[in-house]
Amino acid sequence: MTIRTLARGSPDRFRLFSGSSCSGPQVAGHLHEIMTLLRYDHSEDGEITVELHDNRIAALLAWLWPGAGHFYQRRFAKGFLFMVCILGTFFVGLRIGSGRVVYASLESGDFRWQYFCQAAVGLPAMPALIQAAAVKNDGDPFWVLCERYPAKYRLGNELVEFSRIDNPAQEKVRGALKDGFMAPPAGPVLPENNDVLGMWHAETGNWFEIGTFYTVIAGLLNLLAIYDAFAGPVIFAKVQNRLDD
Amino acid sequence: MNLLPLIAQIQLIAEIQTVPRMYYILPLIVAVSFVYGATRHERLGPILGHSLRTAIWVTTFLGIILALIWLGGYWN
Repeated sequence: MTIRTLARGSPDRFRLFSGSSCSGPQVAGHLHEIMTLLRYDHSEDGEITVELHDNRIAALLAWLWPGAGHFYQRRFAKGFLFMVCILGTFFVGLRIGSGRVVYASLESGDFRWQYFCQAAVGLPAMPALIQAAAVKNDGDPFWVLCERYPAKYRLGNELVEFSRIDNPAQEKVRGALKDGFMAPPAGPVLPENNDVLGMWHAETGNWFEIGTFYTVIAGLLNLLAIYDAFAGPVIFAKVQNRLDD
Repeated sequence: MNLLPLIAQIQLIAEIQTVPRMYYILPLIVAVSFVYGATRHERLGPILGHSLRTAIWVTTFLGIILALIWLGGYWN
């Protein structure tokens, strides 16, 4: 297999990047400009030319919308493949989890680390940040899915279950907690008490976990797609490492 | 209280649960294999070949884990 990494119209840059006469910082300084046009000859792929254009913009677009970075680079087939696979996985997971499995929360009882993976899908996961800001300081979320009576409602010594209200227009309930699409669970989340997060798990069962798993996997897959938009197929990286050595 | 939306949701959950949960891994294997293959090649033919190999590898790996867990059930 042979490989060439070229800047458009400037073949000398390849010799510079190959590391024969320049230091690491110099190489890093030229890296962006050099990695705009990649060519390689592979036993399976044949001779391939990959034009990355401005790979930083491509990476940003790939993060914002899976596949968009590749569309920008005019790599339509791969862009379509990434878009279908990643967004399909993300939205199926979101549907399985009833629109509640993607939310941003840093509360002590509900540190939602999964959102850091889900956020890699880009714009489709961003409503969670809007909702997190909206419900801060006990505010109401946008896109309300249903309402519930307040948490911690005690009748004598018994803890009364939440009551689900799917049609708030007919049921005028004061002080109800609201489930929002991609919003964190309303009210405090305490392991020893009945809370909204517990209700979500009770209502959806382990579909909540499966939906979370789908959306997390979608985010992690998009990291691979972002890398591909920035640096081309992984095969380039292997050869470039050899050149650096 | 209008219970129709609640009933509709319960029916939906019941419909979902008619599909064995283990089958929900299949779309994930397909998606992961395609994306993994696409990050290694540029043309569709090699991408499909690599995806197929990845899918077989992942399925085999998960099958081994499943078999170990299944056998572990007999241990106790």
